[in-house]
Amino acid sequence: MKKSLITFLLVLTFAVYIVYYRLLSSSDTGVIPITPEAPVPTNNTQNIPPAPAPTTTLTAPSTQTMPPKTMPPVKMPMRALYRDGQYAGVSADAYYGNVQVKAIISGGRITDVQFLDHPQDQRTSQRINDYAMPILISEAIQVQSANVDIVSGATDTSGAFRQSLASALAQAKN
Amino acid sequence: MMGMTINAEIIDDGVTAEIFDKVFDYFNYIDQKFSPFKDDSEISQINHGLIKPDDYSEDMKTVLRLCAEVKQKTNGYFDIVSRDGSLNPSGLVKGWAIYNASQIVKNSGCKNFYVDAGGDIQAYGLNAEKQPWRVGIRNPFEPEQIVKVLGISDRGLATSGTYIRGQHIYDPHNKDKQLSEIVSLTVIGPDVYEADCLATAAFAMGGDGIGYIEKQKCFEGYQIDKDAQALMTSGFNKFVIS
Repeated sequence: MKKSLITFLLVLTFAVYIVYYRLLSSSDTGVIPITPEAPVPTNNTQNIPPAPAPTTTLTAPSTQTMPPKTMPPVKMPMRALYRDGQYAGVSADAYYGNVQVKAIISGGRITDVQFLDHPQDQRTSQRINDYAMPILISEAIQVQSANVDIVSGATDTSGAFRQSLASALAQAKN
Repeated sequence: MMGMTINAEIIDDGVTAEIFDKVFDYFNYIDQKFSPFKDDSEISQINHGLIKPDDYSEDMKTVLRLCAEVKQKTNGYFDIVSRDGSLNPSGLVKGWAIYNASQIVKNSGCKNFYVDAGGDIQAYGLNAEKQPWRVGIRNPFEPEQIVKVLGISDRGLATSGTYIRGQHIYDPHNKDKQLSEIVSLTVIGPDVYEADCLATAAFAMGGDGIGYIEKQKCFEGYQIDKDAQALMTSGFNKFVIS
């Protein structure tokens, strides 16, 4: 039961994005927009600044920023599909909360879609959002106080143990 | 046990030397059976072809079965077959034995204690200061230093790493690949057995390991790469003291 509800919410969320990309007459990437939180760092990225103090709740986004779109050169003048302006959609029930978006039309095209409302209050929808968009937090390691009960690291004595055993066995050889 | 130091601390009143004896006797038993360093251990004899599978001890059969399950669950990244073809279930035995030893203590009625072998830990309750047990993650580059202090209670914690002994974990899908990107990976989970399996498997995935941990419910991870940059799962901070 729960799985189908989660699926429904995810489908709805992706449906909003799919609609957005379909209506956009040209788009060079299919990049999924990131959340308003710090971007997802990957191991391949070298220059990630230290992340701001991570929060465990999604704050209400005032804007859902989309990556900038570069338009490939057009060969023929395109008919404007939409009138310029800002348009709020209906508030749709996503079961765990409501979803409402605002579309911003500029130059006859959708240039931005913003969330006016999305499920964020309930812990359940919070978990779904976290699951759908996992956020890894990066930092540079820093030396801390050594006042601890227990230390964890790679198996520390095995190397010395092996070495010592090897030398003992070498001596024991006939 | 298997070359690792064992530490245990029990805070509860009424703790007796007998409980500690039971714990260390258990680790001795495990060592005798599973230590690859002992030529007469059961695992060494198996690798020399001296014992038939039907004649394996119950604990050996259990461990090998668990290893097969974990291998399947981690898409082969947890694999006890060494590069030379011998079986070495130490990666699973360690966490499994620590967990079993902790249950010995728990069954004696203790509620505030930890058992640690080689830096893999099962901790229950609170320390002498009535706080969660303070666990330090060793600096992979300066083993005398701590780079993270965690508060752990009713959890297991395991760290996989390469910095002390050199490469001892490899990618079973690509046996010649040098895993040098990640030098330390700490996993916190409901018990040290699962944390250990996950830390071992995720470590073998290189940079993808931390993402794999993020997808597992009830597990959090902290990885350190060769450039001293750390990456942690989204829920890891709840364990962090400093």
